[in-house]
Amino acid sequence: MFLRAMGLFVTVQIIKKTGKNSITMKAFWSRAGWAGVALLGTAALANVALARGESLNALWLITAAICVYLIGYRFYAAWIAAKVLAIEATRATPAERLNNGRDYVPTNRWVVFGHHFAAIAGPGPLVGPTLAAQFGYLPGTLWILIGAVLGGAVQDMVTLFLSTRRNGRSLGQMARDEIGAIGGTAALIGTFMIMIILIAVLGLVVVNAMKHSPWGTSTVAATIPIAMLVGVYMRYLRPGRVLEASLLGVALLLASVVLGGWVDHHPQLAALFDHEGLPLAFSIIGYGFAAAVLPVWLLLAPRDYLSTFMKLGTVIMLALAILWLHPEIHMPAITPFIDGTGPIFGGKLFPFVFITIACGAISGFHALIASGTTPKLITSENDIRVIGYGAMLLESFVAIMAMVAATVLEPGVYFAINSPAGVVGKEALDAVNTISSWGYQVTVEQMQYLASAMGESTLFARTGGAPSLAVGMASILGNVFGEHLLALWYHFAIMFEAIFILTTLDAGTRVGRFMLQDMLGNLHPKLGETSYTPSVILTSALVVAGWGYFLYIGVIDPNGGVNILWPLFGIANQMLAAIALSVGTGILIKSGKASKAWITGLPLVWLLIITTTAVYEKVFSDDVRVGFFAAANDLSQKLSTGLLPPEKAAVAPQLIFNQQLDAWLTVFFVLMLWIVVLDMLRMSWRSLAGKTVLPSSETPYVASRLS
Amino acid sequence: MRKLNMFWQRVRQLSGDDAYERYLAHYNEHHAKPGEAAPLTRANFFKQWQDQKWTGIKRCC
Repeated sequence: MFLRAMGLFVTVQIIKKTGKNSITMKAFWSRAGWAGVALLGTAALANVALARGESLNALWLITAAICVYLIGYRFYAAWIAAKVLAIEATRATPAERLNNGRDYVPTNRWVVFGHHFAAIAGPGPLVGPTLAAQFGYLPGTLWILIGAVLGGAVQDMVTLFLSTRRNGRSLGQMARDEIGAIGGTAALIGTFMIMIILIAVLGLVVVNAMKHSPWGTSTVAATIPIAMLVGVYMRYLRPGRVLEASLLGVALLLASVVLGGWVDHHPQLAALFDHEGLPLAFSIIGYGFAAAVLPVWLLLAPRDYLSTFMKLGTVIMLALAILWLHPEIHMPAITPFIDGTGPIFGGKLFPFVFITIACGAISGFHALIASGTTPKLITSENDIRVIGYGAMLLESFVAIMAMVAATVLEPGVYFAINSPAGVVGKEALDAVNTISSWGYQVTVEQMQYLASAMGESTLFARTGGAPSLAVGMASILGNVFGEHLLALWYHFAIMFEAIFILTTLDAGTRVGRFMLQDMLGNLHPKLGETSYTPSVILTSALVVAGWGYFLYIGVIDPNGGVNILWPLFGIANQMLAAIALSVGTGILIKSGKASKAWITGLPLVWLLIITTTAVYEKVFSDDVRVGFFAAANDLSQKLSTGLLPPEKAAVAPQLIFNQQLDAWLTVFFVLMLWIVVLDMLRMSWRSLAGKTVLPSSETPYVASRLS
Repeated sequence: MRKLNMFWQRVRQLSGDDAYERYLAHYNEHHAKPGEAAPLTRANFFKQWQDQKWTGIKRCC
């Protein structure tokens, strides 16, 4: 359907243009080129969607993705920029008008693109598709492509545009200025909650990757002193020499991966880094507190440089390796788990594939970046399309590569790594038998061989997505650079994921702290001072306790906390996206563009449908793996009748309380969302009926003096 | 060669390696008047630049 619409759109464009008599040769070739892209994209997508039985080459997936992105960017984004947003290249941007050499600086468009991409692309687009691969490669892939082109990239571009026209105001401020106080408050609370859930789930991903892995744990631990060394170098030894320091840091990181292998083979040292989940979770919690209290130059800033370089380097390397090797995808297009019985997370294809893959298709969090730092750097409104829409397409492409890395694994291996022990059984033989009974053959020997090739003691039940992504990346990169390096590549991938998960954790805790200080400042002004030490310690501790609680519960949950936490994160992120799209739709309607407000309105309706359905199922479903209350009731019944083994009975009361808490949390999210949407609709109705609404906060036109 | 140089400049700008040089250029253009404070030293500028860079939401998921 989508395909046909795209094809039709391109054809219409061609017919429209060929109607004119004066066709130059150049224009002809341009049209022929775009027709070619459309044809190739159609063929590739048809191949991806219809391939059954035999395995599909990953190159088809990549080709389909690139063609969809090109067409979306060339036609849809260009149309939105020109006809809906009515971008004015001659209008001076805030960077030009308010240039202060610090935060407002006109900056080269590719430099802004780099900043923006580095800011929006975190671990989300790597983890989500890996988990959603339990439905097969097709549902996730289609949602990543369609969601990004029609939803996520539009949200990012519209928000960036609106904020650029408002001197770089934040999403919350724009909601308050344009719609009303309710929307602004909801955006603020929503951001705070999503931060807590996000950090908890990311912490869980790292814990699961380090569990009983001396190599992984020692490498991740080494990133902390390395970051500090880089920080001291940049601050005192050679102030401001960012590139030198980063180069040194990257070299040390690579050395730490190799050194981790040595630690792993050293009995005493290995024992020092071999831990259960719980002690690892507590060290992450302690680390998070330290990172929020320490000055930024010591840990956060240098870690961010390293993670940005690693991220860009690895993404480019992975793309080249996939192009070079064009591996076969072994996962079927669609698995039977679309009925909701999937081992990795419970819930049917609709709505849970759309909740599981947020980043990579549509991510509300991006709206916070697109309305903050980025609009203050844009030199010309002409750059909004490539930065807002283009950077999101690139993130979507990262998600496609994560999908490839997950689906090139044998499905049996993929499920063995990602299924929690609570679902498939604790013993290797049980797990292998359960998974093979689903029709995905896997043997204990195969898993043992794979684990030892990767330098791990076991790969069973390594939930959270990071280990399976690392196995996928290692097998792709190992094919290029030689099989004997598999263990090195595996731990390189783990280090790569951990380093920017920890950056998000540091940065998120700090942002949470600032927000909390801001809120508490209303009660007691002294608490609002960001440099007042007691307040810093109090608010950091509160934020860390918030996510630490969810992380702790996630670790002690025998079904793997991912099943609970990831959907919660997805719902929170989609809620924020819906708030951003509401702001966009409301502003389009009140500025007299109601007939075109569907560009944000349709994605908004879709997000409302999926989040509301997901919350409904999470609250009312009888399936204990989906419904929070069902799970809580089931567990308390088992507890009271003495059906639980002692170790499960010990944690059961906490799990029951947590399930109930999560249920109320999701209800809170969806209420928040509907309040914002209804407030926006009320404002839009008043505007269309000619009644008074808040005036537009757009800054007046000033001609640009930059050439 | 010129393209390579351009690329290198972009990398420096993207990483913030040349932030102090750009600050000095901005200072000389707008603030280098009698009566204005002298420009910050490289170390002081860098500290302020980093603190400001990490205030607010700068990283996503």
